[in-house]
Amino acid sequence: MIFLNSFLFCGTICLIGQIILDNTKLTPGHLTTIFVVVGTFLDMFSFYDKIILWAGGGALVPITSFGHLLIHGALAKATNLGPMGLIMGMFDLTSAGIIAAIVFSFVLALLFKPRD
Amino acid sequence: MDTKRYKEIVDENTPKENRLYNGMIAFIIGGLMGAFGELLIQIYTYLFGISTSEASVFMIMTLVFLGCLFTALGFFDKFVAFAKAGLIIPITGFAHSMMSAALEYRQEGLVTGIGSNMFKLAGTVIIFGVVSAYVVGLIRLIVLGG
Repeated sequence: MIFLNSFLFCGTICLIGQIILDNTKLTPGHLTTIFVVVGTFLDMFSFYDKIILWAGGGALVPITSFGHLLIHGALAKATNLGPMGLIMGMFDLTSAGIIAAIVFSFVLALLFKPRD
Repeated sequence: MDTKRYKEIVDENTPKENRLYNGMIAFIIGGLMGAFGELLIQIYTYLFGISTSEASVFMIMTLVFLGCLFTALGFFDKFVAFAKAGLIIPITGFAHSMMSAALEYRQEGLVTGIGSNMFKLAGTVIIFGVVSAYVVGLIRLIVLGG
């Protein structure tokens, strides 16, 4: 059942993205930025946590989860340290994705040549 | 030729994309990516006996690695041309934008090429994500107290 929920949620997010891409002059760069910002605002009252409980991995795959993880790490630190914690904990949970992307793309860029 | 007439001619000759078909492809490919992510989480929890949150970190790293690898091998641009938003919105799109920037500027050297240009496309995601997360976090701290 959770697979169907994942399919439906992630598919719907991608469908919304495709509709925006087809009907406006925005580039894919704008699109990912919009969805990250939407992800952070959805998490303002822990709404995204409920979506993750419902859709599982399907809610973690889209880029909206990146915004969710940013604010989640920040708030986890902020409960102890106050506003300073926001700054210290922001990358706690997202670091895996960012570091993996940096390291893999650096190493693979050394190994491969660009093709066109 | 005045600009208005020019614009009309451009509009007439721009190839019309089939929006319904594009939307359906994006929905199916994006949905399959989501289900694949959930499948990976369940496989990792079963194989390594770790919690769901740790498995989801592994899942994100796997998808980032696959996105980087297929971009480096040259397949991913064709996938994106077919699936469009179905592969841009998932985390693979983030990996793809970093990998393609790194590959493109590689010939300009390690520091001036890869080092300074890797975040050329992906930087917007991080910058806007961090700024909006900071604003939302402050609002939440003030309104709800944590």
